[in-house]
Amino acid sequence: MEYEALRKIANDMRINIVKMVSNAKSGHPGGSLSAADIVALLYFNVMDITKENAGTIDRDRFVLSKGHASPLLYAVLAEKGIIPKDELLTFRLLHTRLQGHPDMNELDGIDMTTGSLGQGLSAAVGMSLANKLDKNDHRIYCLIGDGESEEGQIWEAAMAAAHYKCDNLCAVIDYNGLQIDGRVEDVIGPAPFDSKFQAFGWHTINVDGHNFEELEKAFAEAKTVKGKPTCIIAKTIKGKGVSFMENEAGWHGKAPNAELTAVALKDLGGE
Amino acid sequence: MARATREAYGDELVRLVQENPKVVVLDADLAGSTNSIRAAEYAPERFFDMGIAEADMIGVSAGLAASGYIPFASSFAMFCTGRVWEQIRNSVAYPGLNVKIVGSHSGISVGEDGVTHQAIEDMAIMRDITGLAVYCPCDQWETKAVIRQVMEENGPCYIRLGRAKVEDVYDENKEFNIRKINVLRKGTKVAVFATGLMVQMTLKAADILKEQGIDVTVIDVCSIKPIDKEGVAAILKDHEQIFTVEEHSITGGLGSVICEIACETIPRIVHRIGMFGFGESGEWQQLLHEYKLDGEGIAEQIQGYLNM
Repeated sequence: MEYEALRKIANDMRINIVKMVSNAKSGHPGGSLSAADIVALLYFNVMDITKENAGTIDRDRFVLSKGHASPLLYAVLAEKGIIPKDELLTFRLLHTRLQGHPDMNELDGIDMTTGSLGQGLSAAVGMSLANKLDKNDHRIYCLIGDGESEEGQIWEAAMAAAHYKCDNLCAVIDYNGLQIDGRVEDVIGPAPFDSKFQAFGWHTINVDGHNFEELEKAFAEAKTVKGKPTCIIAKTIKGKGVSFMENEAGWHGKAPNAELTAVALKDLGGE
Repeated sequence: MARATREAYGDELVRLVQENPKVVVLDADLAGSTNSIRAAEYAPERFFDMGIAEADMIGVSAGLAASGYIPFASSFAMFCTGRVWEQIRNSVAYPGLNVKIVGSHSGISVGEDGVTHQAIEDMAIMRDITGLAVYCPCDQWETKAVIRQVMEENGPCYIRLGRAKVEDVYDENKEFNIRKINVLRKGTKVAVFATGLMVQMTLKAADILKEQGIDVTVIDVCSIKPIDKEGVAAILKDHEQIFTVEEHSITGGLGSVICEIACETIPRIVHRIGMFGFGESGEWQQLLHEYKLDGEGIAEQIQGYLNM
Protein backbone atom coordinates (compact mmCIF):
# COMPACT_ATOMS: atom_id res chain seq x y z
CA MET A 1 0.00 0.00 0.00
CA GLU A 2 1.18 3.50 -0.82
CA TYR A 3 2.32 5.45 2.19
CA GLU A 4 -0.24 8.19 1.67
CA ALA A 5 -3.09 5.69 1.94
CA LEU A 6 -1.34 4.01 4.86
CA ARG A 7 -1.01 7.36 6.60
CA LYS A 8 -4.76 7.77 6.33
CA ILE A 9 -5.31 4.31 7.80
CA ALA A 10 -2.95 5.01 10.70
CA ASN A 11 -4.75 8.28 11.31
CA ASP A 12 -8.15 6.57 11.25
CA MET A 13 -6.77 4.06 13.74
CA ARG A 14 -5.70 6.93 15.99
CA ILE A 15 -9.16 8.48 15.73
CA ASN A 16 -10.71 5.15 16.71
CA ILE A 17 -8.25 4.70 19.56
CA VAL A 18 -9.29 8.06 21.00
CA LYS A 19 -12.99 7.28 20.51
CA MET A 20 -12.72 3.84 22.08
CA VAL A 21 -10.86 5.02 25.16
CA SER A 22 -13.06 8.09 25.52
CA ASN A 23 -16.26 6.06 25.22
CA ALA A 24 -15.01 3.44 27.69
CA LYS A 25 -13.81 6.20 30.02
CA SER A 26 -10.71 4.08 30.53
CA GLY A 27 -7.90 2.44 28.61
CA HIS A 28 -4.41 3.24 27.38
CA PRO A 29 -4.23 5.89 24.67
CA GLY A 30 -0.57 6.96 24.91
CA GLY A 31 1.10 3.69 23.98
CA SER A 32 -1.62 2.85 21.46
CA LEU A 33 -1.04 6.09 19.57
CA SER A 34 2.75 5.75 19.66
CA ALA A 35 2.74 2.39 17.84
CA ALA A 36 -0.09 3.07 15.37
CA ASP A 37 2.25 3.64 12.41
CA ILE A 38 4.25 0.48 13.16
CA VAL A 39 1.14 -1.67 13.42
CA ALA A 40 -0.59 -0.12 10.39
CA LEU A 41 2.47 -0.88 8.27
CA LEU A 42 2.77 -4.40 9.67
CA TYR A 43 -0.83 -5.32 8.95
CA PHE A 44 -1.04 -3.70 5.49
CA ASN A 45 2.45 -3.96 4.02
CA VAL A 46 4.30 -6.70 5.89
CA MET A 47 2.10 -9.48 7.29
CA ASP A 48 -0.08 -11.73 5.12
CA ILE A 49 -3.13 -11.55 7.40
CA THR A 50 -6.49 -11.10 5.68
CA LYS A 51 -10.13 -11.24 6.72
CA GLU A 52 -10.26 -14.73 5.21
CA ASN A 53 -7.26 -16.24 6.99
CA ALA A 54 -7.59 -14.34 10.28
CA GLY A 55 -9.25 -17.30 12.00
CA THR A 56 -6.36 -19.63 11.15
CA ILE A 57 -2.71 -19.81 12.11
CA ASP A 58 -1.71 -20.50 8.52
CA ARG A 59 -0.32 -16.97 8.18
CA ASP A 60 2.06 -14.52 9.82
CA ARG A 61 1.13 -13.84 13.43
CA PHE A 62 1.37 -10.83 15.71
CA VAL A 63 1.75 -10.88 19.49
CA LEU A 64 0.90 -7.62 21.21
CA SER A 65 3.11 -8.19 24.22
CA LYS A 66 2.24 -4.71 25.48
CA GLY A 67 -1.36 -5.85 25.73
CA HIS A 68 -2.61 -2.62 27.26
CA ALA A 69 -2.34 -1.14 23.76
CA SER A 70 -5.37 -3.26 22.86
CA PRO A 71 -7.23 -0.29 21.28
CA LEU A 72 -4.47 -0.24 18.69
CA LEU A 73 -4.97 -3.92 17.87
CA TYR A 74 -8.75 -3.59 17.69
CA ALA A 75 -8.37 -0.51 15.50
CA VAL A 76 -6.14 -2.26 12.97
CA LEU A 77 -8.36 -5.38 12.92
CA ALA A 78 -11.27 -3.07 12.12
CA GLU A 79 -9.29 -1.43 9.30
CA LYS A 80 -8.59 -4.92 7.92
CA GLY A 81 -12.31 -5.74 8.04
CA ILE A 82 -11.68 -8.56 10.53
CA ILE A 83 -13.98 -6.97 13.09
CA PRO A 84 -16.83 -4.55 12.29
CA LYS A 85 -15.94 -0.92 12.89
CA ASP A 86 -19.14 -0.30 14.80
CA GLU A 87 -18.06 -2.88 17.37
CA LEU A 88 -15.10 -0.71 18.39
CA LEU A 89 -17.22 1.38 20.73
CA THR A 90 -18.03 -1.71 22.81
CA PHE A 91 -14.40 -1.65 23.98
CA ARG A 92 -14.18 -2.41 27.73
CA LEU A 93 -17.97 -2.46 28.14
CA LEU A 94 -19.77 -5.36 29.79
CA HIS A 95 -20.10 -8.44 27.52
CA THR A 96 -17.76 -7.02 24.88
CA ARG A 97 -15.44 -9.15 22.77
CA LEU A 98 -13.03 -6.23 22.98
CA GLN A 99 -11.70 -6.93 26.44
CA GLY A 100 -9.51 -4.41 28.25
CA HIS A 101 -6.54 -6.54 27.30
CA PRO A 102 -6.68 -8.84 24.24
CA ASP A 103 -8.34 -12.25 24.62
CA MET A 104 -7.38 -14.62 21.81
CA ASN A 105 -10.54 -16.65 22.27
CA GLU A 106 -12.82 -13.69 21.67
CA LEU A 107 -11.74 -12.53 18.22
CA ASP A 108 -10.18 -13.97 15.08
CA GLY A 109 -6.96 -12.15 14.49
CA ILE A 110 -5.85 -11.99 18.12
CA ASP A 111 -2.92 -14.37 18.16
CA MET A 112 -2.15 -14.37 21.87
CA THR A 113 -3.87 -13.40 25.08
CA THR A 114 -1.70 -10.71 26.66
CA GLY A 115 -1.86 -7.95 29.20
CA SER A 116 0.43 -9.03 31.97
CA LEU A 117 3.66 -7.45 30.83
CA GLY A 118 6.75 -9.37 29.79
CA GLN A 119 5.00 -12.56 28.69
CA GLY A 120 4.28 -12.01 25.00
CA LEU A 121 7.81 -12.46 23.70
CA SER A 122 8.00 -15.94 25.24
CA ALA A 123 4.77 -16.92 23.49
CA ALA A 124 6.17 -15.50 20.25
CA VAL A 125 9.28 -17.67 20.69
CA GLY A 126 7.01 -20.69 21.14
CA MET A 127 5.18 -19.82 17.92
CA SER A 128 8.48 -19.36 16.14
CA LEU A 129 9.67 -22.81 17.30
CA ALA A 130 6.35 -24.30 16.15
CA ASN A 131 6.76 -22.73 12.70
CA LYS A 132 10.24 -24.19 12.49
CA LEU A 133 8.95 -27.65 13.43
CA ASP A 134 6.21 -27.24 10.83
CA LYS A 135 8.81 -26.05 8.33
CA ASN A 136 6.61 -23.20 7.15
CA ASP A 137 7.66 -19.69 6.13
CA HIS A 138 5.26 -17.78 8.33
CA ARG A 139 6.79 -15.07 10.45
CA ILE A 140 6.05 -14.04 14.02
CA TYR A 141 5.98 -10.37 15.04
CA CYS A 142 5.97 -9.16 18.61
CA LEU A 143 5.46 -5.61 19.82
CA ILE A 144 7.11 -4.87 23.16
CA GLY A 145 6.94 -1.70 25.23
CA ASP A 146 10.16 -0.01 26.23
CA GLY A 147 9.00 0.02 29.85
CA GLU A 148 7.83 -3.56 29.44
CA SER A 149 11.38 -4.64 28.69
CA GLU A 150 12.14 -4.04 32.36
CA GLU A 151 10.49 -7.41 32.96
CA GLY A 152 13.14 -10.11 33.36
CA GLN A 153 11.13 -12.59 31.32
CA ILE A 154 11.74 -10.49 28.20
CA TRP A 155 15.43 -11.27 28.53
CA GLU A 156 14.83 -14.94 29.26
CA ALA A 157 12.87 -15.03 26.01
CA ALA A 158 15.54 -13.01 24.20
CA MET A 159 18.15 -15.56 25.25
CA ALA A 160 16.00 -18.47 24.11
CA ALA A 161 15.14 -16.86 20.76
CA ALA A 162 18.83 -16.42 19.95
CA HIS A 163 19.77 -19.89 21.22
CA TYR A 164 17.13 -21.54 19.05
CA LYS A 165 18.02 -19.29 16.09
CA CYS A 166 14.51 -17.91 15.75
CA ASP A 167 15.13 -16.02 12.51
CA ASN A 168 11.41 -16.15 11.74
CA LEU A 169 10.82 -13.90 14.74
CA CYS A 170 10.93 -10.12 14.62
CA ALA A 171 10.39 -8.09 17.78
CA VAL A 172 9.68 -4.38 17.75
CA ILE A 173 10.35 -2.13 20.70
CA ASP A 174 7.94 0.78 20.88
CA TYR A 175 10.55 3.16 22.26
CA ASN A 176 8.34 6.04 23.30
CA GLY A 177 10.48 6.79 26.34
CA LEU A 178 7.67 6.94 28.88
CA GLN A 179 6.08 4.59 31.35
CA ILE A 180 3.46 5.08 34.07
CA ASP A 181 5.83 6.52 36.63
CA GLY A 182 7.63 8.83 34.22
CA ARG A 183 10.52 8.77 31.76
CA VAL A 184 11.92 5.26 31.32
CA GLU A 185 15.45 6.48 31.98
CA ASP A 186 14.34 8.10 35.23
CA VAL A 187 12.35 5.09 36.41
CA ILE A 188 14.92 2.33 35.92
CA GLY A 189 16.76 2.94 32.63
CA PRO A 190 16.14 -0.06 30.35
CA ALA A 191 18.09 1.52 27.46
CA PRO A 192 20.25 1.02 25.46
CA PHE A 193 18.12 -1.54 23.63
CA ASP A 194 20.29 -2.14 20.60
CA SER A 195 23.48 -3.17 22.39
CA LYS A 196 21.49 -5.18 24.96
CA PHE A 197 19.69 -7.20 22.29
CA GLN A 198 22.94 -7.55 20.33
CA ALA A 199 24.62 -8.91 23.44
CA PHE A 200 21.79 -11.45 23.64
CA GLY A 201 22.56 -12.55 20.09
CA TRP A 202 19.99 -10.59 18.13
CA HIS A 203 20.25 -8.53 14.98
CA THR A 204 19.05 -5.01 15.71
CA ILE A 205 17.87 -2.10 13.58
CA ASN A 206 17.16 1.40 14.87
CA VAL A 207 14.39 3.29 13.12
CA ASP A 208 12.06 6.24 13.42
CA GLY A 209 8.84 4.49 14.40
CA HIS A 210 6.73 7.05 12.55
CA ASN A 211 8.61 6.74 9.26
CA PHE A 212 6.97 4.13 7.03
CA GLU A 213 9.91 3.93 4.68
CA GLU A 214 12.40 3.23 7.45
CA LEU A 215 10.06 0.76 9.08
CA GLU A 216 9.33 -1.13 5.87
CA LYS A 217 13.02 -1.35 5.05
CA ALA A 218 13.73 -2.66 8.53
CA PHE A 219 11.05 -5.37 8.28
CA ALA A 220 12.44 -6.35 4.88
CA GLU A 221 15.96 -6.50 6.28
CA ALA A 222 14.76 -8.64 9.19
CA LYS A 223 13.40 -11.19 6.70
CA THR A 224 16.84 -11.56 5.17
CA VAL A 225 18.66 -12.13 8.47
CA LYS A 226 19.36 -15.84 8.93
CA GLY A 227 20.27 -17.71 12.10
CA LYS A 228 19.18 -15.02 14.56
CA PRO A 229 16.08 -13.08 15.50
CA THR A 230 15.76 -9.38 14.75
CA CYS A 231 14.74 -6.58 17.06
CA ILE A 232 13.63 -3.33 15.52
CA ILE A 233 14.00 -0.48 17.96
CA ALA A 234 11.43 2.05 16.85
CA LYS A 235 11.76 5.51 18.37
CA THR A 236 8.28 6.88 18.79
CA ILE A 237 6.34 9.66 20.44
CA LYS A 238 3.94 8.58 23.13
CA GLY A 239 0.48 9.98 22.41
CA LYS A 240 1.53 10.72 18.81
CA GLY A 241 -0.98 12.84 16.92
CA VAL A 242 -2.86 14.24 19.91
CA SER A 243 -1.34 17.56 20.94
CA PHE A 244 -1.93 17.37 24.68
CA MET A 245 -1.01 13.68 24.96
CA GLU A 246 2.31 13.80 23.13
CA ASN A 247 5.27 13.00 25.38
CA GLU A 248 3.08 13.10 28.49
CA ALA A 249 3.39 10.06 30.79
CA GLY A 250 0.08 11.03 32.39
CA TRP A 251 -1.78 9.84 29.26
CA HIS A 252 -0.46 6.30 29.53
CA GLY A 253 -3.63 4.91 31.02
CA LYS A 254 -6.18 7.70 31.20
CA ALA A 255 -9.22 8.56 29.09
CA PRO A 256 -9.87 12.10 27.89
CA ASN A 257 -13.12 13.76 28.96
CA ALA A 258 -15.61 15.01 26.35
CA GLU A 259 -13.91 18.36 25.98
CA LEU A 260 -10.44 16.92 25.52
CA THR A 261 -11.79 14.19 23.25
CA ALA A 262 -13.04 16.94 20.95
CA VAL A 263 -9.58 18.54 20.98
CA ALA A 264 -7.96 15.18 20.25
CA LEU A 265 -10.28 14.42 17.36
CA LYS A 266 -9.71 17.91 15.97
CA ASP A 267 -5.95 17.30 16.16
CA LEU A 268 -6.46 14.12 14.15
CA GLY A 269 -8.88 15.71 11.69
CA GLY A 270 -11.71 13.49 12.87
CA GLU A 271 -15.01 14.38 14.42
CA MET B 1 8.28 -53.01 41.90
CA ALA B 2 9.43 -49.65 43.13
CA ARG B 3 9.74 -46.81 40.68
CA ALA B 4 9.56 -43.04 41.19
CA THR B 5 6.61 -41.28 39.58
CA ARG B 6 9.09 -39.00 37.81
CA GLU B 7 10.67 -42.07 36.25
CA ALA B 8 7.26 -43.24 35.12
CA TYR B 9 6.81 -39.80 33.53
CA GLY B 10 9.96 -40.41 31.49
CA ASP B 11 8.76 -43.92 30.59
CA GLU B 12 5.47 -42.64 29.22
CA LEU B 13 6.92 -39.53 27.60
CA VAL B 14 9.22 -41.72 25.52
CA ARG B 15 6.14 -43.49 24.18
CA LEU B 16 4.15 -40.33 23.60
CA VAL B 17 6.80 -38.51 21.56
CA GLN B 18 7.10 -41.54 19.33
CA GLU B 19 3.36 -41.96 18.92
CA ASN B 20 2.29 -38.35 18.53
CA PRO B 21 4.33 -35.89 16.43
CA LYS B 22 2.54 -32.99 18.14
CA VAL B 23 3.99 -33.77 21.57
CA VAL B 24 6.86 -31.43 22.49
CA VAL B 25 8.89 -31.51 25.68
CA LEU B 26 10.38 -28.56 27.55
CA ASP B 27 12.48 -28.42 30.66
CA ALA B 28 14.37 -25.82 32.67
CA ASP B 29 17.78 -27.40 33.20
CA LEU B 30 16.42 -30.25 35.29
CA ALA B 31 15.68 -32.61 32.44
CA GLY B 32 17.80 -35.37 33.92
CA SER B 33 16.09 -35.12 37.28
CA THR B 34 12.55 -34.84 35.93
CA ASN B 35 13.33 -37.61 33.40
CA SER B 36 12.09 -35.48 30.49
CA ILE B 37 15.54 -35.78 28.90
CA ARG B 38 14.70 -39.32 27.92
CA ALA B 39 12.26 -37.98 25.31
CA ALA B 40 15.15 -36.14 23.63
CA GLU B 41 16.68 -39.41 22.51
CA TYR B 42 13.58 -40.27 20.49
CA ALA B 43 12.55 -36.79 19.33
CA PRO B 44 15.54 -34.46 19.64
CA GLU B 45 13.91 -31.81 17.45
CA ARG B 46 10.92 -31.71 19.80
CA PHE B 47 12.88 -31.40 23.03
CA PHE B 48 13.69 -27.87 24.19
CA ASP B 49 15.84 -27.12 27.19
CA MET B 50 14.89 -23.56 28.07
CA GLY B 51 17.65 -23.17 30.63
CA ILE B 52 17.05 -21.92 34.14
CA ALA B 53 14.24 -19.69 32.96
CA GLU B 54 10.93 -21.15 34.06
CA ALA B 55 8.82 -18.09 33.25
CA ASP B 56 10.01 -18.24 29.66
CA MET B 57 9.43 -21.99 29.56
CA ILE B 58 5.77 -21.48 30.44
CA GLY B 59 5.37 -18.70 27.88
CA VAL B 60 7.11 -20.66 25.12
CA SER B 61 4.87 -23.62 25.96
CA ALA B 62 1.87 -21.32 25.55
CA GLY B 63 3.12 -20.24 22.13
CA LEU B 64 3.68 -23.84 21.05
CA ALA B 65 0.20 -24.78 22.28
CA ALA B 66 -1.28 -21.82 20.39
CA SER B 67 0.32 -23.38 17.30
CA GLY B 68 -1.27 -26.80 17.76
CA TYR B 69 1.48 -28.56 19.69
CA ILE B 70 1.07 -30.39 23.00
CA PRO B 71 3.84 -29.19 25.31
CA PHE B 72 4.86 -31.09 28.42
CA ALA B 73 6.83 -28.55 30.47
CA SER B 74 8.62 -29.93 33.48
CA SER B 75 10.83 -28.79 36.32
CA PHE B 76 10.83 -29.21 40.07
CA ALA B 77 7.34 -28.60 41.48
CA MET B 78 8.61 -25.54 43.33
CA PHE B 79 9.87 -23.81 40.20
CA CYS B 80 7.20 -24.71 37.66
CA THR B 81 4.33 -23.63 39.92
CA GLY B 82 5.25 -21.08 42.58
CA ARG B 83 7.80 -19.19 40.56
CA VAL B 84 5.52 -18.94 37.55
CA TRP B 85 2.04 -18.85 39.03
CA GLU B 86 1.08 -15.68 37.23
CA GLN B 87 2.48 -16.84 33.89
CA ILE B 88 0.44 -20.03 34.21
CA ARG B 89 -2.67 -18.06 35.09
CA ASN B 90 -2.43 -15.42 32.38
CA SER B 91 -0.55 -17.07 29.50
CA VAL B 92 -1.85 -20.64 29.85
CA ALA B 93 -5.06 -20.98 31.85
CA TYR B 94 -6.88 -17.78 30.83
CA PRO B 95 -6.47 -18.52 27.11
CA GLY B 96 -7.09 -22.22 27.88
CA LEU B 97 -3.94 -23.32 26.07
CA ASN B 98 -3.12 -27.01 25.98
CA VAL B 99 -0.01 -26.96 28.19
CA LYS B 100 0.83 -29.86 30.52
CA ILE B 101 2.92 -28.66 33.47
CA VAL B 102 4.74 -31.45 35.24
CA GLY B 103 6.32 -30.77 38.63
CA SER B 104 8.63 -33.43 39.96
CA HIS B 105 10.39 -33.46 43.35
CA SER B 106 7.25 -32.25 45.11
CA GLY B 107 6.71 -32.33 48.85
CA ILE B 108 9.28 -32.90 51.57
CA SER B 109 10.41 -36.18 50.04
CA VAL B 110 12.76 -34.21 47.78
CA GLY B 111 14.80 -34.58 50.95
CA GLU B 112 18.23 -33.13 51.56
CA ASP B 113 17.77 -30.03 49.38
CA GLY B 114 15.64 -28.62 52.15
CA VAL B 115 12.90 -26.02 52.38
CA THR B 116 13.71 -24.00 49.24
CA HIS B 117 13.10 -27.08 47.10
CA GLN B 118 10.22 -28.64 49.04
CA ALA B 119 7.00 -27.62 47.33
CA ILE B 120 4.23 -28.05 49.87
CA GLU B 121 1.95 -25.36 48.43
CA ASP B 122 1.86 -26.35 44.76
CA MET B 123 -1.51 -28.10 44.74
CA ALA B 124 -3.09 -25.20 46.62
CA ILE B 125 -1.87 -22.53 44.25
CA MET B 126 -2.49 -24.53 41.08
CA ARG B 127 -5.95 -25.65 42.19
CA ASP B 128 -7.14 -22.07 42.46
CA ILE B 129 -6.43 -21.29 38.81
CA THR B 130 -9.57 -21.42 36.69
CA GLY B 131 -9.60 -24.23 34.15
CA LEU B 132 -6.36 -25.84 35.30
CA ALA B 133 -6.70 -29.52 36.26
CA VAL B 134 -4.48 -30.87 39.06
CA TYR B 135 -3.38 -34.50 39.30
CA CYS B 136 -1.25 -36.19 41.95
CA PRO B 137 -0.70 -39.84 40.98
CA CYS B 138 0.50 -42.33 43.57
CA ASP B 139 2.58 -44.86 41.68
CA GLN B 140 4.16 -45.55 38.32
CA TRP B 141 1.03 -47.06 36.77
CA GLU B 142 -1.25 -44.25 37.79
CA THR B 143 1.36 -41.74 36.61
CA LYS B 144 1.54 -43.31 33.18
CA ALA B 145 -2.25 -43.35 32.95
CA VAL B 146 -2.40 -39.65 33.84
CA ILE B 147 0.32 -38.65 31.40
CA ARG B 148 -1.38 -40.52 28.57
CA GLN B 149 -4.85 -39.26 29.46
CA VAL B 150 -3.85 -35.59 29.56
CA MET B 151 -2.18 -35.92 26.18
CA GLU B 152 -5.45 -37.17 24.75
CA GLU B 153 -7.47 -34.33 26.27
CA ASN B 154 -7.33 -30.69 25.25
CA GLY B 155 -6.70 -28.33 28.15
CA PRO B 156 -4.09 -27.18 30.63
CA CYS B 157 -3.15 -29.18 33.70
CA TYR B 158 -0.60 -29.56 36.48
CA ILE B 159 0.76 -32.99 37.36
CA ARG B 160 2.50 -33.43 40.70
CA LEU B 161 5.26 -36.04 40.81
CA GLY B 162 7.86 -37.14 43.33
CA ARG B 163 11.53 -37.86 43.56
CA ALA B 164 11.42 -40.96 45.75
CA LYS B 165 10.94 -44.49 44.54
CA VAL B 166 7.44 -45.64 45.45
CA GLU B 167 6.04 -49.11 45.70
CA ASP B 168 3.35 -50.18 43.30
CA VAL B 169 -0.12 -49.50 44.61
CA TYR B 170 -1.72 -50.84 41.46
CA ASP B 171 -0.73 -53.57 39.08
CA GLU B 172 0.26 -53.10 35.50
CA ASN B 173 -3.12 -54.14 34.14
CA LYS B 174 -5.18 -51.72 36.17
CA GLU B 175 -7.56 -49.72 34.00
CA PHE B 176 -7.71 -46.20 35.34
CA ASN B 177 -10.41 -43.63 35.30
CA ILE B 178 -8.15 -40.85 36.54
CA ARG B 179 -11.09 -38.59 37.42
CA LYS B 180 -12.55 -41.07 39.89
CA ILE B 181 -11.35 -41.79 43.39
CA ASN B 182 -10.14 -45.34 43.99
CA VAL B 183 -11.11 -47.22 47.12
CA LEU B 184 -8.06 -49.35 47.84
CA ARG B 185 -9.20 -50.94 51.08
CA LYS B 186 -12.62 -51.13 52.68
CA GLY B 187 -13.01 -50.63 56.39
CA THR B 188 -15.74 -49.38 58.67
CA LYS B 189 -16.44 -46.01 60.25
CA VAL B 190 -13.04 -44.46 59.48
CA ALA B 191 -12.13 -43.27 55.97
CA VAL B 192 -8.70 -41.96 54.98
CA PHE B 193 -8.27 -40.03 51.74
CA ALA B 194 -4.67 -39.91 50.54
CA THR B 195 -2.82 -38.62 47.49
CA GLY B 196 0.55 -39.15 45.84
CA LEU B 197 3.31 -40.72 47.89
CA MET B 198 1.01 -40.68 50.93
CA VAL B 199 -1.21 -43.38 49.41
CA GLN B 200 1.31 -46.15 50.03
CA MET B 201 2.19 -44.68 53.42
CA THR B 202 -1.50 -44.66 54.34
CA LEU B 203 -1.81 -48.29 53.27
CA LYS B 204 1.05 -49.08 55.68
CA ALA B 205 -0.75 -47.09 58.37
CA ALA B 206 -3.91 -49.07 57.68
CA ASP B 207 -1.98 -52.30 58.31
CA ILE B 208 -0.75 -50.97 61.65
CA LEU B 209 -4.21 -49.77 62.64
CA LYS B 210 -5.75 -53.10 61.69
CA GLU B 211 -3.46 -54.85 64.13
CA GLN B 212 -4.90 -52.54 66.74
CA GLY B 213 -8.42 -53.43 65.74
CA ILE B 214 -9.16 -50.31 63.68
CA ASP B 215 -10.37 -51.13 60.20
CA VAL B 216 -10.00 -48.08 57.94
CA THR B 217 -11.12 -47.40 54.39
CA VAL B 218 -8.26 -46.07 52.26
CA ILE B 219 -9.01 -43.97 49.21
CA ASP B 220 -6.56 -42.81 46.54
CA VAL B 221 -7.40 -39.34 45.23
CA CYS B 222 -5.38 -38.74 42.07
CA SER B 223 -7.49 -35.99 40.53
CA ILE B 224 -7.42 -33.16 43.03
CA LYS B 225 -9.21 -31.05 40.44
CA PRO B 226 -11.66 -31.85 39.05
CA ILE B 227 -12.58 -33.74 42.18
CA ASP B 228 -14.87 -36.76 42.11
CA LYS B 229 -17.45 -35.03 44.26
CA GLU B 230 -20.02 -37.82 44.14
CA GLY B 231 -17.45 -40.47 44.96
CA VAL B 232 -16.17 -38.46 47.92
CA ALA B 233 -19.68 -37.71 49.17
CA ALA B 234 -20.53 -41.43 49.05
CA ILE B 235 -17.50 -42.17 51.24
CA LEU B 236 -18.44 -39.39 53.65
CA LYS B 237 -21.95 -40.82 53.90
CA ASP B 238 -20.68 -44.29 54.79
CA HIS B 239 -18.10 -43.22 57.39
CA GLU B 240 -18.13 -41.37 60.69
CA GLN B 241 -14.52 -40.22 60.96
CA ILE B 242 -12.72 -38.70 58.02
CA PHE B 243 -8.98 -38.19 57.53
CA THR B 244 -6.91 -36.74 54.72
CA VAL B 245 -3.20 -37.39 54.21
CA GLU B 246 -0.98 -35.42 51.86
CA GLU B 247 2.68 -34.54 51.53
CA HIS B 248 1.59 -30.93 51.24
CA SER B 249 0.42 -28.10 53.42
CA ILE B 250 -2.84 -28.95 55.16
CA THR B 251 -4.31 -25.79 53.64
CA GLY B 252 -5.38 -25.65 50.03
CA GLY B 253 -4.66 -29.21 48.96
CA LEU B 254 -6.43 -32.53 49.44
CA GLY B 255 -7.49 -31.72 53.01
CA SER B 256 -9.20 -28.55 51.90
CA VAL B 257 -10.84 -30.27 48.94
CA ILE B 258 -12.42 -32.91 51.18
CA CYS B 259 -13.45 -30.28 53.75
CA GLU B 260 -15.15 -28.27 51.02
CA ILE B 261 -17.14 -31.29 49.89
CA ALA B 262 -18.01 -32.21 53.47
CA CYS B 263 -19.33 -28.68 53.99
CA GLU B 264 -21.41 -28.81 50.84
CA THR B 265 -22.73 -32.37 51.01
CA ILE B 266 -22.43 -34.66 54.03
CA PRO B 267 -21.18 -32.69 57.07
CA ARG B 268 -18.34 -34.56 58.77
CA ILE B 269 -15.42 -33.69 61.00
CA VAL B 270 -12.35 -33.93 58.79
CA HIS B 271 -8.89 -34.36 60.32
CA ARG B 272 -6.18 -33.10 57.98
CA ILE B 273 -2.80 -34.79 58.11
CA GLY B 274 0.03 -33.16 56.21
CA MET B 275 2.56 -30.38 56.58
CA PHE B 276 1.81 -27.68 59.16
CA GLY B 277 4.75 -25.49 58.13
CA PHE B 278 8.11 -25.64 56.37
CA GLY B 279 10.16 -28.82 56.40
CA GLU B 280 13.96 -29.10 56.60
CA SER B 281 16.90 -31.00 55.14
CA GLY B 282 17.23 -34.70 55.70
CA GLU B 283 17.04 -38.08 54.08
CA TRP B 284 13.51 -38.50 52.74
CA GLN B 285 12.43 -41.46 54.86
CA GLN B 286 13.78 -39.69 57.94
CA LEU B 287 11.79 -36.61 57.02
CA LEU B 288 8.58 -38.58 56.56
CA HIS B 289 9.22 -40.11 59.96
CA GLU B 290 10.02 -36.75 61.56
CA TYR B 291 6.84 -35.14 60.24
CA LYS B 292 4.77 -38.25 61.02
CA LEU B 293 4.00 -38.91 57.38
CA ASP B 294 5.30 -42.47 57.18
CA GLY B 295 3.09 -45.46 57.95
CA GLU B 296 3.79 -45.35 61.67
CA GLY B 297 3.38 -41.61 61.91
CA ILE B 298 0.11 -41.56 60.02
CA ALA B 299 -1.23 -44.45 62.15
CA GLU B 300 -0.18 -42.60 65.28
CA GLN B 301 -1.87 -39.39 64.17
CA ILE B 302 -5.09 -41.17 63.21
CA GLN B 303 -5.16 -43.00 66.50
CA GLY B 304 -4.51 -39.78 68.36
CA TYR B 305 -7.52 -38.09 66.79
CA LEU B 306 -9.71 -41.15 67.33
CA ASN B 307 -8.84 -41.16 71.04
CA MET B 308 -9.69 -37.49 71.45
